[in-house]
Amino acid sequence: MTEMLAGWPLLSITTFLPTAGALWVLAARASLRGDNPGFDQGVRLITLIITIATFIASLFAFAAFDPAAPGYQLVENVPWAFGAAYRMGVDQLAMALILLTTFLTPLCILASWGIKKQVASYMVLFLLLETLMIGVFCAQDIILFYVFFEGGLIPMFILIGVWGGERRVYAAFKFFLYTLLGSLLMLVAIVAMISIAGTSSIEELTAYARNTGFDPNLQIWLWLAFFASFAVKMPMWPVHTWLPDAHVEAPTAASVVLAAILLKMGGYGFLRFSLPMFPDASHFFQPLVFALSVIAIVWASLVAFRQLDMKKLIAYSSVAHMGFVTMGIFAGTMQGIQGAIFQMLSHGVISGALFLCVGVVYDRMHTREIAFYGGLVNRMPVYAAIFLLFTMGNVGLPGTSGFPGEILTMVGTFQVNAWVAAGAALGVIFSAAYALTLYRKVALGVIENPKLDGIGDLDAREWITFIPLVIATLIMGLAPAHVLDFTAPSAEAIAAAFSGVAP
Amino acid sequence: MISPLQDFNASYGHAWPELLLAGFALAAVVLGAWSSERAFGWLSALGVAALVGAGALAISHSPVAPVALFQGAMVVDGVAVFAKALIAFSAAATLIIGADHFLRTRERRFEYPVLIVLSTLGMFVMVSAQDLISLYVGVELQSLASYVLAAWRRDDVRSSEAGLKYFVLSAISSGILLFGASFIYGFTGSIRFDAIGAAVSEGAGGVGLMFGLVLLLCAIGFKMSAAPFHMWTPDVYEGAPTPVTAFFAAAPKVAAVALMARVLYDPFADMRMQWQQVVIALSVISMVWGSFAALLQTNLKRLMAYSSIGNMGFALMGIASGTAQGPSATLIYLALYLPATIGIFALILAMRREGAPAETVGDLAGLAQKRPWMAALFTMLLFSIAGIPPFAGFIGKLLVFRAAVDAGLIWFAVVGGVAAVVAAAYYLRLLASIWFAAPAPQLQSPSGTTMLTATVAAALTFPVLVLLLGLIQDWAETAVRISF
Repeated sequence: MTEMLAGWPLLSITTFLPTAGALWVLAARASLRGDNPGFDQGVRLITLIITIATFIASLFAFAAFDPAAPGYQLVENVPWAFGAAYRMGVDQLAMALILLTTFLTPLCILASWGIKKQVASYMVLFLLLETLMIGVFCAQDIILFYVFFEGGLIPMFILIGVWGGERRVYAAFKFFLYTLLGSLLMLVAIVAMISIAGTSSIEELTAYARNTGFDPNLQIWLWLAFFASFAVKMPMWPVHTWLPDAHVEAPTAASVVLAAILLKMGGYGFLRFSLPMFPDASHFFQPLVFALSVIAIVWASLVAFRQLDMKKLIAYSSVAHMGFVTMGIFAGTMQGIQGAIFQMLSHGVISGALFLCVGVVYDRMHTREIAFYGGLVNRMPVYAAIFLLFTMGNVGLPGTSGFPGEILTMVGTFQVNAWVAAGAALGVIFSAAYALTLYRKVALGVIENPKLDGIGDLDAREWITFIPLVIATLIMGLAPAHVLDFTAPSAEAIAAAFSGVAP
Repeated sequence: MISPLQDFNASYGHAWPELLLAGFALAAVVLGAWSSERAFGWLSALGVAALVGAGALAISHSPVAPVALFQGAMVVDGVAVFAKALIAFSAAATLIIGADHFLRTRERRFEYPVLIVLSTLGMFVMVSAQDLISLYVGVELQSLASYVLAAWRRDDVRSSEAGLKYFVLSAISSGILLFGASFIYGFTGSIRFDAIGAAVSEGAGGVGLMFGLVLLLCAIGFKMSAAPFHMWTPDVYEGAPTPVTAFFAAAPKVAAVALMARVLYDPFADMRMQWQQVVIALSVISMVWGSFAALLQTNLKRLMAYSSIGNMGFALMGIASGTAQGPSATLIYLALYLPATIGIFALILAMRREGAPAETVGDLAGLAQKRPWMAALFTMLLFSIAGIPPFAGFIGKLLVFRAAVDAGLIWFAVVGGVAAVVAAAYYLRLLASIWFAAPAPQLQSPSGTTMLTATVAAALTFPVLVLLLGLIQDWAETAVRISF
């Protein structure tokens, strides 16, 4: 298999297949002018096929990938201008996140089946978004990384603004400008790094940081600039305020992508840049990140408890879970980093699934108010069972994928700072409180709202959407070693770079 | 020693682009005066051909070393050729969309292509200027044609007002320019750039020379509408007919910026310590003011005026860095800025209701639902001018930031970054209107030619210029290396 695929630009194919699909949709729209009743359905099908094909392409890339080898594989390199190049390549961490992306996107398209407004535009934007998301993880040139990283804002801005809820315009602006400010500071830092190290290849920059090292005083500033971008993306307390707005107003599938993949770019950035390239500064700022992480975990959990809107509750729970990720990353230990990576993957599946669960009832009742619902188990038993599984995953119940990540980040952090780990453990308890309360209020009890009398259980499309997510959650929960062994080489390299400069 | 006559004859061989433009302008005046209104169409087409031809001639005569013409009054070198190519092609593009517009509104007056070409000729002289006289002549030729263009709709109060305002303020700036030039002449004893350069490197002049240089910079800053000399820009942009505004926003900027680069890097290269802070101030004020003031605008043309002010700030960042490769960053920035600006104006012209082009942000409402193709083009062009990747405008920002960082001015790049975020906010307002708002009343169907121009411009922002960046970069860097 590996030999057969040698020489193919698998990463480029995976990355740009969705773009080709977007062009296909555009060409179809241009050729079928006028009102064509079957057109919207055709566009949905094209998009679904393309996203599934992309998933298959990423599996081919996975097949050609050697899980045991360190460093970057499947490298493609085409020179461009001013020393930058079109460099693609993946290590284990990136490969895992690419698979998460390509796995979730077809499910998002299925979840978007009910979109009626400007279907073609919606699907085109979604496909472009997928290209940009995969590109972020494939890029091995810091300029190319920035292009994908920043370019993702464009489709997301329009997706939220056009297909979102009532305050969608406000949410779209806030999302865009918040992230842009962080990113432009990062751009200045990137320019400074290239100017100093004389290369824009991520691999060479990492090697430069390992062998020569950026000046520790400068590292502080570079670290802060990168932090400004990734912390907003993550999002970390106190720059998380765009997230609840964006989540609540975004259409279901965009919420899924936002929570499951876009938030991972922050964590990915910390792992790829902050730790290996600025190890001194990372040590210096470790207490700050720990403090912000624990505040995020505890505070966001408490805020989540008080929410009246289902999506907002899940959004705050995302902030709390991302707190575990940053805590684990900056612990810098093997367990911490492994746990953080696992938590990112698991949160991708679980939070995505939870937003889809909200989407199911929202499609039927057009409200996300928790008080509106109650007793859904009576009329939607299958839905209630699935919702329960993912709620438990969100809480971190052993056996679901939520557990290994949380426990590993806490173990990893405990070795560095017991108090921080203790604070995070408090958050685990709070998460049980808000997640179970949400479940009780929505699913359990008797139906009191007469409007819910006619609500129906999952249909075939929703079944198909949820089954892969259920399987993924259970496999990752019951056999986490598969994932952990896979990501170990990347985590080791990052942990080594960080501990290499232990004070 | 060659005689003046021999020099004159030899110089003509290198001045073909200028001669072509001058020849067209003179011939078109005669032809236009003798023919009816119907001549407007083919005279404009000829004008486009002359502009494109002049650009192509300039490129095909790229010298490997600077060639002095007319006893050193002008020069043909890499930067001049690069700037002439940008000027000629952007003037041609704006003439296409402008003539297309006037054909439809039946304002078919043959002076339009003539004035555009004359103004372009002035710009050619500006970017080739090698002494203070040709500098002044170039600036004046460009400006005088522009005043008339601004007042093109002579029955319209706003247009006449724009022309008058432009004339009065511009005349003051020309006065300042001459005042500065006289100081420079007085303290160095020459009007020729090479002699001035020699005097400067010997340390002549002192405060008096600095005074002259600052006045000269102010006047050039006025022509390129860099803040704080930008006051005329919003009013003139708003009052002038939209095709004329499109012209103002494109070619003259290149000429003024290239002229400033030449003045600073050629005769005054050894006074970098003195002028650098002035240019940095111009750049910072332009970026910040261009970004913040645009936030409150609802008129599209005023908004684009502030956008051009802000963009000039970014372009100046390259020159202000003072590094050897700084001017090439500026030139590339301009090359990437032009298609976005021209494309946006083409779309504004294409969006017509009852014969008048779109005026306010509200006129764009709901375009994505009514005309998805136009909305897609608008989106690409606006994101490009906002500097969001993967569009070409991003690379321009990246390069000027790099110039600033290479010069050790990281704070300067940070200010640019913050200004870019604020600027993004108002471009997003346009996009929000296009995508998120409920549709405004039906548009008239757009003209094919104008839409084609916009499509080409959008294709240039992505992916054409992005893929060809290596070539453009080589060209610009070589141009700067052989020129300064």
